[in-house]
Amino acid sequence: MNVCERYIVLTAIGVSVAIYSACAQTRLDSLQHLPEVVVTAEAPREVIPGQKLAGKELEKLSSFSVADAIRYFSGVQLKDYGGLGGLKTVNIRSMGTNHMGVFYDGIQLGNAQNGQIDLGKFSLDNMEQITLYNGQKSDIFQSAKDFSSAGSIYLQTKRSSFSYGKKSNIRATVKTGSFLLFAPSVLWEQKVTGSLSFNFNTELISSDGKYPFRYKRVFDNGTVAYDTTATRKNGDITALRFESVLYHTIDDGECDLHGYYYTSHRGLPGPIVKNKFAHGQRLNDENFFVQGKFRKRFGEFYSMKLQTKYAIDYTRYVDAEWTSPVYVDNQYEQHDWYISSANKFSVSPYFQFSVAADFQYNRMNANLVNFSYPSRYTFLTALAGELNFNWIKLQTSVLGTFVREKVKMNAAAPEKNIFTPALILSLQPFKETDLRIQAFYKNIFRMPTFNDLYYTFIGNSVLHPEYATQYNIGFHYMVAPKSGWLKSCSLQTDAYYNRITDKIVAVPAGNMFRWMMLNLGEVRIKGVEINTSAAASLYKELTVSLRLNYTAQQALDVTNKNAKNYRHQIVYIPKQSGSAIVSIDDRSWGANFSFIYTGKRYNAKYNDVNSLMQPWYTSDISIYKDILFQPGPESYKLRVALDVNNILNQHYDVVLNYPMPGRNYRLTLTFTL
Amino acid sequence: MLVVLLILAVGCREEYEILYSSQTETNVGQENTGNLKGFYLLNEGNMGSNKASLDYFDFATGVYHRNIYAEANPNVVKELGDVGNDIQIYGRKLYAVINVSDYIEVMDAGTAVHIDSIKIPNVRYISFYKGKAYASSYVAPVEFNQNARVGYIAEIDTTTLKVTRTVNVGYQPEELAIVNNKIYVANSGGYMFPHYDRTVSVIDLETFTEEKKIDVGINLHRLRATPYNELIVSSRGDYYNTPSKLYFIDLETEKVTGSLDMAVSNLDIAGDSAYIYAVAWSHNTKRNTITYGIFNIRTKEIVSRNFISDHTEKDIIIPYGIKVNPVNGDIYVTDAIDYVTPGTLLCYNKNGKLKWKVDTGDIPGHFAFLYEKPKRSSCATGAP
Repeated sequence: MNVCERYIVLTAIGVSVAIYSACAQTRLDSLQHLPEVVVTAEAPREVIPGQKLAGKELEKLSSFSVADAIRYFSGVQLKDYGGLGGLKTVNIRSMGTNHMGVFYDGIQLGNAQNGQIDLGKFSLDNMEQITLYNGQKSDIFQSAKDFSSAGSIYLQTKRSSFSYGKKSNIRATVKTGSFLLFAPSVLWEQKVTGSLSFNFNTELISSDGKYPFRYKRVFDNGTVAYDTTATRKNGDITALRFESVLYHTIDDGECDLHGYYYTSHRGLPGPIVKNKFAHGQRLNDENFFVQGKFRKRFGEFYSMKLQTKYAIDYTRYVDAEWTSPVYVDNQYEQHDWYISSANKFSVSPYFQFSVAADFQYNRMNANLVNFSYPSRYTFLTALAGELNFNWIKLQTSVLGTFVREKVKMNAAAPEKNIFTPALILSLQPFKETDLRIQAFYKNIFRMPTFNDLYYTFIGNSVLHPEYATQYNIGFHYMVAPKSGWLKSCSLQTDAYYNRITDKIVAVPAGNMFRWMMLNLGEVRIKGVEINTSAAASLYKELTVSLRLNYTAQQALDVTNKNAKNYRHQIVYIPKQSGSAIVSIDDRSWGANFSFIYTGKRYNAKYNDVNSLMQPWYTSDISIYKDILFQPGPESYKLRVALDVNNILNQHYDVVLNYPMPGRNYRLTLTFTL
Repeated sequence: MLVVLLILAVGCREEYEILYSSQTETNVGQENTGNLKGFYLLNEGNMGSNKASLDYFDFATGVYHRNIYAEANPNVVKELGDVGNDIQIYGRKLYAVINVSDYIEVMDAGTAVHIDSIKIPNVRYISFYKGKAYASSYVAPVEFNQNARVGYIAEIDTTTLKVTRTVNVGYQPEELAIVNNKIYVANSGGYMFPHYDRTVSVIDLETFTEEKKIDVGINLHRLRATPYNELIVSSRGDYYNTPSKLYFIDLETEKVTGSLDMAVSNLDIAGDSAYIYAVAWSHNTKRNTITYGIFNIRTKEIVSRNFISDHTEKDIIIPYGIKVNPVNGDIYVTDAIDYVTPGTLLCYNKNGKLKWKVDTGDIPGHFAFLYEKPKRSSCATGAP
């Protein structure tokens, strides 16, 4: 850690302490009172709350996709290949993308092929809330899948709500700006009867993906050695999304049916290497799913939740570049069937338990030579219990995973029967103070993907799962005075230790054209996260809110004592990162400033000057103004929002040789009636 | 407070400095190697990383200079480029073949200072003959065909450094040798699995046309001429059922006259001895089996099953380059480890004892010896 990085740590701690003491001063005024919670289908019941971005806060963030927004959470590293069309995957607490579960309206998004979910595909246009949980969502009333990842992200789409006397809402949005962006969308919400409603949402995104990038090096005396600017090419994207939800409330429950279709055509801009500033590879994809949910409480004792889903994903990769040795046209197709039943038994106010059983069937086709055509049958079952006294909450769960695979060619992976536990604890030592001490332990694994097991040449069907063991301890402190200028204030700090064992890595087999996946790696991760937030009302309706996150992480490769990279920081994990959001709102206007910092990190497993990447930080500003029209009894609202992203026009790579955009602009017009 | 944090963050970001070279003392000190001054080692760098780099070993001092290109050429944008694949000295010039960056970098042989660059797409190997350079490339720009994308050989004038003629050959051509006014090039078809190419193309230098194709074996890679009017050609096999193999071609009849059931990943010929190593993946043990050996190119007999005598071969994870010092018989072996960490260069004496080892760039693989007074001669024909 150099001098300036040390200052960042001290300042981050200083800011946290300052907020903490501001909170502490108002402690006497505080009452056991939760701040206003955005109305969602299920009120949060977690023992350890997750990190959330929701509603207005999310809207103002000048983010385009879920991937952009998720960067504001602590402990998260986004791998971003740049531009609107660039792949964006997330890694929580250095455990690797494959350990992440992403849930869309309660059901997991799957990708049995490579285990990665491109969060850049999910628009914020219809997003109500994004929540991140380390370990698992600590609510026992959930499907077995909810217990099955080392960390989870829950994406909750907008639920229709109708003001008194209104039967329909229509919202039309158009976004335009840099990269020749044109993104119109429409949301139509309709109340059919008192308990039945539906919504329909569609969005088109098109962009030429062109932006200037810059590579520069200097001599040790600071004079310029070279400085070149060029235009990013082949980063164009055209994407279309249709989505519709039918929603029905019933006595003590709800049910819904959700359809989703997404298609995109995009260029893959490729790495910028010497003499190659343009590439010609293309990607087309189509994703479709339909999912349904039924939830009901039967009396005080028993509640049930049924969920089901069918998804089909199609991907086509074309390399028609003439400098490539062969023309490539690869097509992949995945099918995913899923059904889940979760059952909760409330034995007493102090004790409840749940039993969940899920079944999933995955199948994959590809036009590859010697392809295995794998299918996978997964049966998951979870047993969870919760003890809940006023000052202590204790949750424990055991997940059983049973996997069988079949192939049409080559060898199938052996069956897997695995039990993994989790333990979650929350203590509230003082009755009058909302201070919680929270801890969890979880042991979980990720299955080898179809690519790991069966990909022509590199696949290795006898791979074991890759395990993640997590230990976490922290506290959460919150005040929400009923009167005074301070509305709420919170501070959360967590320290954690994770171990990744049997890590699935590619090793050279024979020569460079031939690789093999093996369970070889081991990583030890230590980290600290600090999350603070505060909201204050300054004058009449003028409010200001602040959110500050800081993460320090050490993620060491301890695979082999004799290796040159023994105890080196793993690829792309910064030792320090953080984010800040300040927002000001009045009745009809608001402004938001957000800042992200990612410290020094390495683009290779061996850490030296050749692989060192300089810190980057981006500052984004967003302002909006609401204009009301009231020509008759109905009123219409027009919101004009202007975003300026990366205002310092900093050029940086998140992934080596994949340059990110510099300063860029976006204008959003939203018309609501 | 936030402003303070912002200012601090701003201070933390520094400009990227050029990558300066670093020096490592080997324990040998000065070595008397006659007019052999030193050698260059080209590190490939993993694809997409733009980390091809050049190292230099100086016999006069025993000092290993790591990553010298950027310092010698600080104004060259994006340094040496992506995936170095071959390096040769001819006359007073040093030629580095940079595969993914689609060019050959021409430098001063004594200083590694940039002279010119020759653009050839997907270029693989280079060889010299009578003032001309010949380079193999995976993709012929003419007759572009989506499904049958043959490779070609480009002829380059070493004075003007311009491509003068081209000739199409087989699929994904690799190493080449020039003997008896003919170019012989090994066609791999390595990207055509399972329909590998299996031929050596024969090109007449006068007419610059492909005379014929010699059927040899699948997925050919190495191709070296011997003083016995023969070619040695290696086949990589298909990594499934057909193992790697070595073939001999008689240049009189231009036919395969024999083969050796020996896996050969790479070789270097010194006198009658071919020093080889082989890396073969075993499906049963899920490990690489690595062998080192010497065979006699005249008698075609295996002379030694291991030229390393001090058991240090167990420290080499993936041998990737091999070269024999023509003056003192030292054997250089490079270890690419896992292709993404800096490799190791190991120097063995002629008795197979480790003399020294140093860290290199990523994927060290290709050598070029530098002589005191580079002569404009044809001594550098054939084998890299």
